Amino acid sequence: MIRIQARTEPSSLMKVASPLLAITLTLIFGCILFSAIGKSPTQALHVLLIAPLADSYNIGEMFVKMGPLLLCAVGLSLCYRANMWNIGAEGQLLAGALGGSAVALYFIDSESSFALPMTLLAGIISGMLWAAMPTFLKLKYNSNLILTTIMFNYIALYLLIWAVHGPLRDPEGFGFPESALFSDNTLLPVLFESSRIHLGIVFALISGVIGWFILSKTHLGFQIRVFGADEPAARYAGFSGKKLSWLVMLFAGALAGLAGVSETTGPIGQLVPNVSPGYGYSAIIVAYLGRLHPLGAILAAVFMAVLYMGGDLAQIEMGIPVAVVSMFQGVLLFFLLACDFFINNRLAFTNQATN
Amino acid sequence: MDSDLIVQILFAAIKTGTPLLFIALGEVICEKSGTLNLGQEGMMLMGAVVGFLAAYGTGSAGLGVLAAMLMGALMSMIFAVLVLHLGANQVATGLALTIFGTGLSAFIGSGVVGQTIQGFQPIAIPFLSDIPFLGRILFNHDILVYFSFVMTFALIYIVNKTRIGLILKAVGENPHAANAIGIKVLRVRYLAVMFGGIMAGVSGAYMSLVYTPMWVENMTAGRGWIALALVVFASWRVGRIMLGAYLFGLASIMHLVLQGLGWSISPNLLAMLPYVATVIVMVIISADRFKEKLLAPRSLGKPFDPRNMA
Repeated sequence: MIRIQARTEPSSLMKVASPLLAITLTLIFGCILFSAIGKSPTQALHVLLIAPLADSYNIGEMFVKMGPLLLCAVGLSLCYRANMWNIGAEGQLLAGALGGSAVALYFIDSESSFALPMTLLAGIISGMLWAAMPTFLKLKYNSNLILTTIMFNYIALYLLIWAVHGPLRDPEGFGFPESALFSDNTLLPVLFESSRIHLGIVFALISGVIGWFILSKTHLGFQIRVFGADEPAARYAGFSGKKLSWLVMLFAGALAGLAGVSETTGPIGQLVPNVSPGYGYSAIIVAYLGRLHPLGAILAAVFMAVLYMGGDLAQIEMGIPVAVVSMFQGVLLFFLLACDFFINNRLAFTNQATN
Repeated sequence: MDSDLIVQILFAAIKTGTPLLFIALGEVICEKSGTLNLGQEGMMLMGAVVGFLAAYGTGSAGLGVLAAMLMGALMSMIFAVLVLHLGANQVATGLALTIFGTGLSAFIGSGVVGQTIQGFQPIAIPFLSDIPFLGRILFNHDILVYFSFVMTFALIYIVNKTRIGLILKAVGENPHAANAIGIKVLRVRYLAVMFGGIMAGVSGAYMSLVYTPMWVENMTAGRGWIALALVVFASWRVGRIMLGAYLFGLASIMHLVLQGLGWSISPNLLAMLPYVATVIVMVIISADRFKEKLLAPRSLGKPFDPRNMA
């Protein structure tokens, strides 16, 4: 007979195995789904997993998608560690794209070598500002951070749409809701010829390392971990919850803002209404899949980027709606949460006779 | 502004507030049992697309609503199993449900984008619709709006005056005490979550069968999230949810009001209004920490594991 038994100690093996198990189950789910709609499951697996990494161009595109996912996920990992339920990476990313683009357009005819740094800084500050508002409302007025950050996502989206229809619209763009193309002076340099891999991806990888360093090697990171694990104990130790909340939120906002401005000054090269295909929301899943660990987030972001690529390819090659990506993301998180049950529990095979 | 325009605006506020009312009624029952389901948006989108597909396929809007209810219930059961049985984090599970529902609804609805159907027609209630002013605002709607009226008053009665309401509140306030007197805590929570799913389904069906009536990806535009704020706004009281839903409905159609006043503001800026209003309302309501602690169900968001009962 199989019984569920509580473990005396959380299993550290399951903590690592659970994301891998969840990914495997999601792929099995994908095969079943694809066969259900009359597509070959092996072809589906090929398109989702192998084709995105099959040639150097696709690998480059995978990195282009990994950049914003990773930047957002590193910040979110620290937030969730500190029990700050920031769902607002999407809005912070859009705010960064908007603020950065405004500055990039200001420098459109300039040769100044400050143009790119100023543009990136504007993106970072805009993201921080967008994170600061819900943080302030939570700490000062006790409002629910989950809901305010989500509302700020929508507000950022409409603000961006308003801007590309109004003040930031290209006057020579035939009325399309897009900004003018940025000048080369404000574009992130491309690192490898014949790919779109840009400097923003280096920022993302560095952010993962910085996040890891803060969390694992500094007293601040120690405070964040204690705060998340046992809030009363953290307060007893004299750690300031307010200070930590501000720090993790501003850090996350800065990274998400950088992700946004890196998209507009990187692969896109102008401000458009659909800057992000939901990177800020997917980053929540990346953060979880990476076990709220900044280095784990790097691996998880690679997987998520492959999934995004796979979704694009499935649409092109098999005519499957691209929405399948967001469905797989939801399923992945379901499986992850279900597998996490076995961190604290186990199946015990007992002989009925001994009962 | 003439009285005709005021009638039109208030009529539209009720119509716009109705999907919020449905979904928030479901969520308040769910939260009263101590379970916070952030998957509202995903369940609502699934209700919208399945309701539309069923109505499109069968030609019957009524069957569409039934299918949407069933879908909402199914979606909520994914959440219930993970959260109630496997003790998964409620916030993460709810988010997963929303992400999943957003994707799945776009996936299965991709074939019918832009198609139109014959939705519900307005039914003027005899006598009541003849009441000057109010009759035209309240009693000239489609059948789902009347259903939302009935549901609101039924729930006010059930929550406040019946044994079922008492059990629900006991489970949400103190599950251990409820368990001790023999109430099956998890069963009550399962049912409450399922009720939330059914109402989210109806709410979605209202969007795709009455309000637009068609299916567009992401057509709920954050209403599932606004409904969560609405529950806080209503201080977890059923009656106030109705008031809140119509106020939010009014905020969503402010462009009509401003046009009536002859102002011209960019529609994209006005589109922010419901979300800005939600933030402002939450700040005002939650600022009094003591009051919120007093009003929110005490075990909200906390897992209950019957195995831990000694």
